[in-house]
Amino acid sequence: MRFRRVLIANRGEIALRVMRTCEALGIETVLAASEADLDSVPARRADRVIRIGKAPPAQSYLDWRAIATAAAGCGADAVHPGYGFLSENALLARACRDVGVVFIGASEEQLGLSGDKWRARETAVAAGLPVVPGATVSTLAEAERALERIGCPALVKAVGGGGGRGMKRIDAPEQLAATIELAIAEAQAAFGDPRVYIERLVTGGRHIEVQLIGDGELLVHAGERDCSVQRRYQKLIEETPAPHLKDGLRAKLHAAALAFGKALAYRGLGTVEFLVDDTRDEFFFLEMNARIQVEHPVTEAVTGLDLVREQIAVAEGRPLALRQDDIHAHGHAIELRLNAEDPLEDFRPSPGRITRAVLPAGPGIRVDTHIGSGAAVPPFYDSLLAKLIVHAADRTQTIALAKAALANTRIEGVATNVAMHQAVLADPTFVAGGVGTDWFAHAWPTLKSQFE
Amino acid sequence: MNLTHDDVREIVGLLDASHFDELKIETARFKLTLKRAGDGGWTQESASAAPAASDAAAKSGRTEVALAPGTAAIRAPMVGTFYRAPKPGAEPFVEVGSKVGPDTVVAILEAMKLMNAVPAGTRGTVTEILIQNGELADQDRILMIVALDGA
Repeated sequence: MRFRRVLIANRGEIALRVMRTCEALGIETVLAASEADLDSVPARRADRVIRIGKAPPAQSYLDWRAIATAAAGCGADAVHPGYGFLSENALLARACRDVGVVFIGASEEQLGLSGDKWRARETAVAAGLPVVPGATVSTLAEAERALERIGCPALVKAVGGGGGRGMKRIDAPEQLAATIELAIAEAQAAFGDPRVYIERLVTGGRHIEVQLIGDGELLVHAGERDCSVQRRYQKLIEETPAPHLKDGLRAKLHAAALAFGKALAYRGLGTVEFLVDDTRDEFFFLEMNARIQVEHPVTEAVTGLDLVREQIAVAEGRPLALRQDDIHAHGHAIELRLNAEDPLEDFRPSPGRITRAVLPAGPGIRVDTHIGSGAAVPPFYDSLLAKLIVHAADRTQTIALAKAALANTRIEGVATNVAMHQAVLADPTFVAGGVGTDWFAHAWPTLKSQFE
Repeated sequence: MNLTHDDVREIVGLLDASHFDELKIETARFKLTLKRAGDGGWTQESASAAPAASDAAAKSGRTEVALAPGTAAIRAPMVGTFYRAPKPGAEPFVEVGSKVGPDTVVAILEAMKLMNAVPAGTRGTVTEILIQNGELADQDRILMIVALDGA
């Protein structure tokens, strides 16, 4: 079946990103928008807009009943959920099936598995992937026993969480009592699932993930992305290829991701995340994301693929046209997330209205954004304003291009982290490449003093 | 804004080879300015030309209407398929001219096979029904107008 009309159940830059591919494929777009986004750029661009609820996500973008109802009511063939919100939610997938609409994503069974971080971990173990020591816990007593075995520092994670949300760090056993109850309450509030687990925290490791594309039988990878520049588990900068990774280790990561995907007979776009200790040539499975990722454009930049197009083709029930030998990476790509947050005020979110937005353009530069002069930045959603993706022949040239592009960026009306990115790109350790996930937190006080 | 980043890149490529330093495009739907930056790079600046709450809000059905004095609107409490009767072939809950009270059910909104009764929420007489049976109602869309009692 070829889709004629797709309902996009998301907002911001990813709604526009999906629209672009739909338009190129001749597919009509219907945007499911909350009250706060009716005047957004994606809403103006869509062929039709359906108001699905009020501004708070729980009453709109997280309301799977409203979204499936809107999809069936407007005659859509399929729903594209973007990332975040309901993109990995088996309830939305089932609701779509119930109303005869295709969910553009993994199967309900796969979503149930990848969405349950503990079951995903067990699947990884069965597929022969290494994992860090961990245990599920539901009471303080269980948590205390688990922590004794696992040791500190440790991370409390939500079984239903993902995308870096719902994680808490434990440095000493006495922090456990306060943390575990908060973690359970937050997991319930954020994901509707109170279950948590504790895992050993490997410090200094790198966060490297592998892009998979599968049709349920055939499975290929599109290389890795290094997403180690993070603040509080939120990615700030992503790049591909991962710098200074020994080719043997790189090939092992690709093979491990494929082994995990094959164990699931994975269908759609998926990303397998690893924690990599490249000083010891070790790596551990972290989780699988069964959706398009925020940072997918760096993979598109070096491979020339349109990942949303591949995702739609698989959802239409067509076999994957790509073979592993068809996928080649050229050069180096870096993505900088430009957020509406003030780096000088502890990254406080800065909603408001963009009075002016001048963004870079030209060869090797791609800007994925939903903002323009006059755009609203509502306080209800995440602070991502734009993704600046730069691509050049090698990492050195890519960093130089990124610096030039940032110098030509002016966003006024809300505070942004543009200066933070400039400071990172000028830092010798970042320029050398291969930093761990704890690097940014340590480097930030010094970086900050340079532009304060 | 209907240009993709590929379009912008191609236009910049053409401009780069020219002696021009700036290009402004203004249509009914968007404005785009491309400028040569000092370092040989380029910048883009865009704005949607449409005034607030116009085309997108219009695409999303009627939620704003100038209500005459002494009238009230019955709005969709959620997105759903609008039905005037409890089942196909049955008598509609209300017609134009029907008297309603705050708890009178005037319609059903179906969302995922859940039938949600829509109460009038006010007391008066139905004067207008603004949506067809079986049509999808956006959240907050005005379904009916009621002339208030005593007004």
